[in-house]
Amino acid sequence: MIWQIEIVILINLVICGAAALMVKDLLAAAILFGAYSFMMCLLWAIMGAVDVAFTEASVGAGISTVLFVAAIFRTSRRTRD
Amino acid sequence: MKSAALAIVILLGGLLTYVSLDFPSWGDPAAPASRHVSPRYIEKTLTETSVPNIVTAVLADYRGYDTMFETIVIFAAAVACLILLRVFRRMQARQVMYRHTPSGITLIFAEGAVLPPESNVFERIDLDWVPQSVVIKTACRLIVPFSQIFALYVIAHGHHSPGGGFQGGVILGASVILFALSHTLRNTIARFSEKLAVGLCVLGVFIYAGTGLVCLRPGSNYLDYSALAPLLRLDPVAARSMGILIVEIGVGIAVMAVMIHLYINIASAGRHDEGV
Repeated sequence: MIWQIEIVILINLVICGAAALMVKDLLAAAILFGAYSFMMCLLWAIMGAVDVAFTEASVGAGISTVLFVAAIFRTSRRTRD
Repeated sequence: MKSAALAIVILLGGLLTYVSLDFPSWGDPAAPASRHVSPRYIEKTLTETSVPNIVTAVLADYRGYDTMFETIVIFAAAVACLILLRVFRRMQARQVMYRHTPSGITLIFAEGAVLPPESNVFERIDLDWVPQSVVIKTACRLIVPFSQIFALYVIAHGHHSPGGGFQGGVILGASVILFALSHTLRNTIARFSEKLAVGLCVLGVFIYAGTGLVCLRPGSNYLDYSALAPLLRLDPVAARSMGILIVEIGVGIAVMAVMIHLYINIASAGRHDEGV
């Protein structure tokens, strides 16, 4: 695999993970977490674990983001801390 | 307090990174895992189970017992969500809103009011959720059947290509959730009721555990699919491949039902009434 792509994905991964923690808007955090899962999925695919990548894409980037959004719809959109 | 938490996190993170340097490097042929376990599976899987995708064979056959309890963990998540969120009292959700279609007037019914029967004249609308526009509804209605067919392919083709029960089940669940997102939650519950969801959760786990029980006979272990050979009229090797498929179908059904059940419970705050 081209190592430059791997480096870009890893940097994106760290940025998404940190931003999901920092951001005050919970909806933005949920979407960033989805992006984080997608980067993780790309990494699994690069490492040859296609089954795990598939699971990460469907569960991590798909369903869990939707569940987060549904939970935010029922609670509040902004954190207090 | 916050800086103390940050210090602890950084300390533990540094420790973890330091320790992880001792791991064998990625893809190292001299690592313990790739010296004994992996070659055994890589060499023997195709002759023992006739399954080309080794990952699925390990997941559903060699480590079938683990996967069964993974399915049970997901089932337990659904039960926990039911206990925590479900509101069992027959409670009228605050107010109820109806639209009188011919005149376009919106009527708000107070708590405990007598509600009009569902008809073409009176259309129930949600209080805090505006349904999507026609474009999104139509687009999602086109996407849903194709994603469901793809999900069935992923489940049925799990032992030849990446995929399997978990992924296929999640995609099936996601297609129903997409329908709920583009239409209203009440529409979705009318098509996929709570009874059906809970029943399918149980059915999925039952298919998995039941396959294991059918395998249980003198001379064969629990979840040893080669014992299914006389039942399926196949040779023992093909029976193991078929057993994996049966088990994957069970997992797919359970995961799909659990995902939809979780979504409906969270989106409607346990009322199974109005929601996203």
